[in-house]
This record gives sequence, structure tokens and C-alpha cells, in this order.
Amino acid sequence: MNVKYNNEDKLLVLELTEEIDHHSTEKIRRRADYEIQRHMPRKTIFDFSGVTFMDSAGIGMVIGRYKIVSMLGGKVSMVNVKPSIRKVFEMSGILKIIPIEDCA
Amino acid sequence: MDNVTENEMTLEFLSKSNNEAFARVAVAAFVSQLDPTIEELADIKTAVSEAVTNCIIHGYEDTQGIIKIKCKIFAGSVHIEISDNGKGIKDIEAAKTPLFTTKPNLERSGMGFTIMESFMDDMNVESIVGVGTKVTMKKLIKCNDELCSSIGE
Ligand SMILES: Nc1ncnc2c1ncn2[C@@H]1O[C@H](COP(=O)(O)OP(=O)(O)OP(=O)(O)O)[C@@H](O)[C@H]1O
Ligand SMILES: [Mg+2]
Repeated sequence: MNVKYNNEDKLLVLELTEEIDHHSTEKIRRRADYEIQRHMPRKTIFDFSGVTFMDSAGIGMVIGRYKIVSMLGGKVSMVNVKPSIRKVFEMSGILKIIPIEDCA
Repeated sequence: MDNVTENEMTLEFLSKSNNEAFARVAVAAFVSQLDPTIEELADIKTAVSEAVTNCIIHGYEDTQGIIKIKCKIFAGSVHIEISDNGKGIKDIEAAKTPLFTTKPNLERSGMGFTIMESFMDDMNVESIVGVGTKVTMKKLIKCNDELCSSIGE
């Protein structure tokens, strides 16, 4: 995962770079939570451009971060989500609270 | 076509989380001989990943055991059977309900069975508490090579 933070906009971009499953979410979660608590961003964006696979573990991972970010008063969105991954998110209904935006 | 394509393979591996990627990639490679679309292949990989992950986190929990995958190809469709000898499911109907999870603390969303059901053409769960769980899934691979599409027209 690559992390970019813009202090002026209080914008945290988490660039996911691996396949997202139960195995990989553990590491993603730890790093994401560290960055969120460190920066207290106003907005957090998950950039999926480097993600070629995701199963339901990704839904739980994104919702988990959403809970922390919103508790700190921030917003969460996602960008560059491939069709096969969007399909997994669509099943869960979370796109109503965590939208996919057009571009980064 | 001169003969019906039939094939079969079996995989057995330890219930370690780093085998999740191995399992879905192995099944996808096997299914590739049916010439599936990218979307069909993605659906199969996701469904396999869901079933295998369930064996690891629910079936075997903190213990380690063997996960078995049987994969058959015939009549243009793929049949996948994924089983464990873990703790089993008490109420299968409840388990299949969207958002139902016994592990919300692990950030599970309860969408695994719902995804398997909708990404595959058919899904069936058999389970005995204390004995294990077997998920059977089927998907028809639409014929998309040139020969088939010309016959189809
Ligand atoms: N192989 C299994 N052995 C024992 N219990 C299982 C097994 N597979 C599923 N279950 C039970 O069925 C429930 C629903 O499974 P499902 O895959 O739909 O959701 P989940 O695994 O809890 O969450 P998600 O898959 O969205 O991360 C699980 O919470 C678990 O209680
Ligand atoms: Mg599951």
C-alpha cells in the first residue's frame, strides 16, 4: 500500500497495491488505521487502481475503516474501482454510504 | 466439435490464509481450458476465495486442517466442490442469509454465501456439526471461441 497525505486539504490517499482477501487485509488494516489515527484526515480515499482481485474481505475492510474515519469526523470514498471489484461492493449495498468517485 | 471436453482435478492443502490466493488461481488456471470470459473467470475466482476463506476462518478457526477442492469440467460447465473437516454449520439457512455472520468482530460482512450464490449459477451447502462443511458450485461457461459463435448464429 502506498500512502499519500496532503496536509493542506487534510486528504489521505491510500493506494492499494495488492489482491484483497482475508490474508492481505490484516496488513492493509494495520497500516491504514495507523495513517488515519496519525493524520486525522478530513477525507480518506481508497485508490483501487492497483487492485486486480477482491472478495468479501474487502467489504469488511472498507467498512471498518469507514467507522474509524467517520468517528473522527471524516469522509471516505473510493476511486479507480474495476468492474469485477465494483460488482462485489454492489452486492453489499455499501456504495450508498461509501461512494465510488469518478477519478482521483 | 469432435469430442466432449471432460476433465477433473483435485487439490488438497493446509488451511493457511496464504493458500487463499493459490486456491483461486489454481482453479482459474484449470477452468481456462473452457475459454471463459474475463468476467466469468473473475466470478469463479471470487466464489472460490469465499469458500476457501470460510473453511479457514469458520471451519478450522484457530486450528489447522486440510481443505479439499474437487473441480470437474463437463458439457461446457464447471463444477467445484470445496470441503473441510471443521466445526460445521448449525443452521445452514441462517448462514446463507445476506449479512449473517458469526464473526462480526473480525470485520466479516456476512456476504460470502450471497456472493457465491449470485456469482455462480448454482450453489449448495451441506454441513454436519463437528464433522465438516461442503460447498458445491456450478457455472456454465458460455462458449466464446470462433467455432461456437459461428454455430450459435
Ligand atoms: N466452512 C464453514 N464452516 C463453519 N461455518 C461456516 C463455514 N462457512 C460459513 N460458515 C458460517 O456461515 C456464516 C456465513 O458465511 P459467509 O461467508 O456468508 O459470511 P462471513 O464469512 O461471516 O463473512 P464474509 O464472507 O462476508 O467475510 C459464517 O459467519 C459462519 O458462521
Ligand atoms: Mg465468508
